[in-house]
Amino acid sequence: MPSSPAAAASLESKIIRKDFPILDREVHPGVPLVYLDSAATSQKPQAVLEAMDAHYRRSNANIHRGIHVLAEEATADYEAARAKVAEFINAATPREIVFTRNTTEAINLVAYSWARPNLSPGDTIILTEMEHHSNLIPWQILAAEREIDLEFIPVTTDGLLDLEEYQRLLEKKPRLVAFTHMSNVVGTINPTKDIIAQAHAAGALTLVDGAQSVPHFPVDVRALEADFYVFSGHKMCGPTGIGVLYGKEALLDAMPPFLGGGEMIKRVQLRSFVPNDLPHKFEAGTPAIAEAIGLGAAVDYLSDIGMSSVAEHERRLTAYALDRLAEVPGVWIFGPPAEQRGGVVAFTFDDLHPHDVSQILDGQGVAVRAGHHCAMPLHEKFSIPATARASMYIYNTEADIDRLVEGLYKVKEIFK
Amino acid sequence: MDDLYREQIIERYKNPHYRGVLDPHDISYEDDNPLCGDHIRIDLRVDESDIVTEAAFSGQGCSISLASADLLVESVIGKPLEQVKQIDKETLLDMLGIELGPVRLKCALLSLKVLKAGVYGLGEGQASDELVE
Repeated sequence: MPSSPAAAASLESKIIRKDFPILDREVHPGVPLVYLDSAATSQKPQAVLEAMDAHYRRSNANIHRGIHVLAEEATADYEAARAKVAEFINAATPREIVFTRNTTEAINLVAYSWARPNLSPGDTIILTEMEHHSNLIPWQILAAEREIDLEFIPVTTDGLLDLEEYQRLLEKKPRLVAFTHMSNVVGTINPTKDIIAQAHAAGALTLVDGAQSVPHFPVDVRALEADFYVFSGHKMCGPTGIGVLYGKEALLDAMPPFLGGGEMIKRVQLRSFVPNDLPHKFEAGTPAIAEAIGLGAAVDYLSDIGMSSVAEHERRLTAYALDRLAEVPGVWIFGPPAEQRGGVVAFTFDDLHPHDVSQILDGQGVAVRAGHHCAMPLHEKFSIPATARASMYIYNTEADIDRLVEGLYKVKEIFK
Repeated sequence: MDDLYREQIIERYKNPHYRGVLDPHDISYEDDNPLCGDHIRIDLRVDESDIVTEAAFSGQGCSISLASADLLVESVIGKPLEQVKQIDKETLLDMLGIELGPVRLKCALLSLKVLKAGVYGLGEGQASDELVE
């Protein structure tokens, strides 16, 4: 996989930082940016910005229809991006890669086009207590509409899934187990392959929310045997507005279309239509062409670095962050130890509101997130309204963590 | 940034003057800021000529939302309800004496939204941002 100078065995964040123009900026006069909010959205490397810019400057046209050079170039680039994504997660064919707006839309697509035709009142879907709202609300809407029973794998106080309880829930013969590969709050990396194997043994299909996993460590959807796997471009160095639904070809093939319109059809008469082949059947209307091309460039960029190197870098940095934060009196960290989690660290600080913490950190140039991170039930479980969250990526260094810790001492000083 | 944490804000946050609940009360309203989980309740007692005689707030939130609630509640005591209805965003921001970005503005305005929804006699969940425009 290594093919660029950045692809050393261990990743050199100092070199990588030069690829991200935004990291040069000051957020206040004389105060450089420390970006620790990549779980919300990652920054974008020059290569991605250039790929999108080049599309608009050189090849901009609508895809799949025009018989002219621009349309052919744009179509080739869009489909090349799909092929890159397929290879990146080891899908069997690009036909299994549906471009959506984001993870949320991909989950909704499955809820509408797979779950609605296939589930009946009384059927069970298993979710977990650590889901992002995007993997909760679509199922709540479905449950209310179709009298579907939702069950939840509990989260332990350590931020791990209670897999014994999962065994018991599987006795209900669920039709679907939908869960996150990695928690966006407590950072837990769930034993996804085992959860899927057990779901299959119980006769259920699986949907994996990969929004926090695909950007951060190698994901092989065929090795996992995931039925549906979904993620967003913007958390993995790509632009906003582009996401991915991976589905096993036979499943996608059997599903009715999601949105109706242009592109998703083969033939149309006034009162009927014949849907297009995969994956176009699920891509109604003009898609996010430049964004797909940008995502393709992001996949190239990450592949050049090597996802194993990305994962190793984040493991080391997370361990460092957990150690440094634990030194600060009053910091309370949620989630499992470093070896069971990715680069996401949610914490509370004394009895201070996370808004105050993150606002004062912002004054020091340190960008973290404050709130419930779209996981209100998980915060309720821990009996806290909100947390501050620092999340890391390839461009972060130990110096960034040091700035975070210094910032927290400043918070202490202001509220002393 | 440090301007945001003026002494008055920190002081009011740490030692609020009007924190509590009034039981009984003539007017009570509560609402959340779903963005951050902040929750504010405001109770008022009014006399026969609709003048606020006592006021208190309770709930949880950041320093901006709680300091704002404390200052706001203080400012309505002795005022006729008709005058309370006239309090707008600018009045409150003047009281706080700080400039706020769009996200923190919601923190500051939660208490005003709750106060006005209560004074206008709105039902649960009917408080809207229009009240504080």
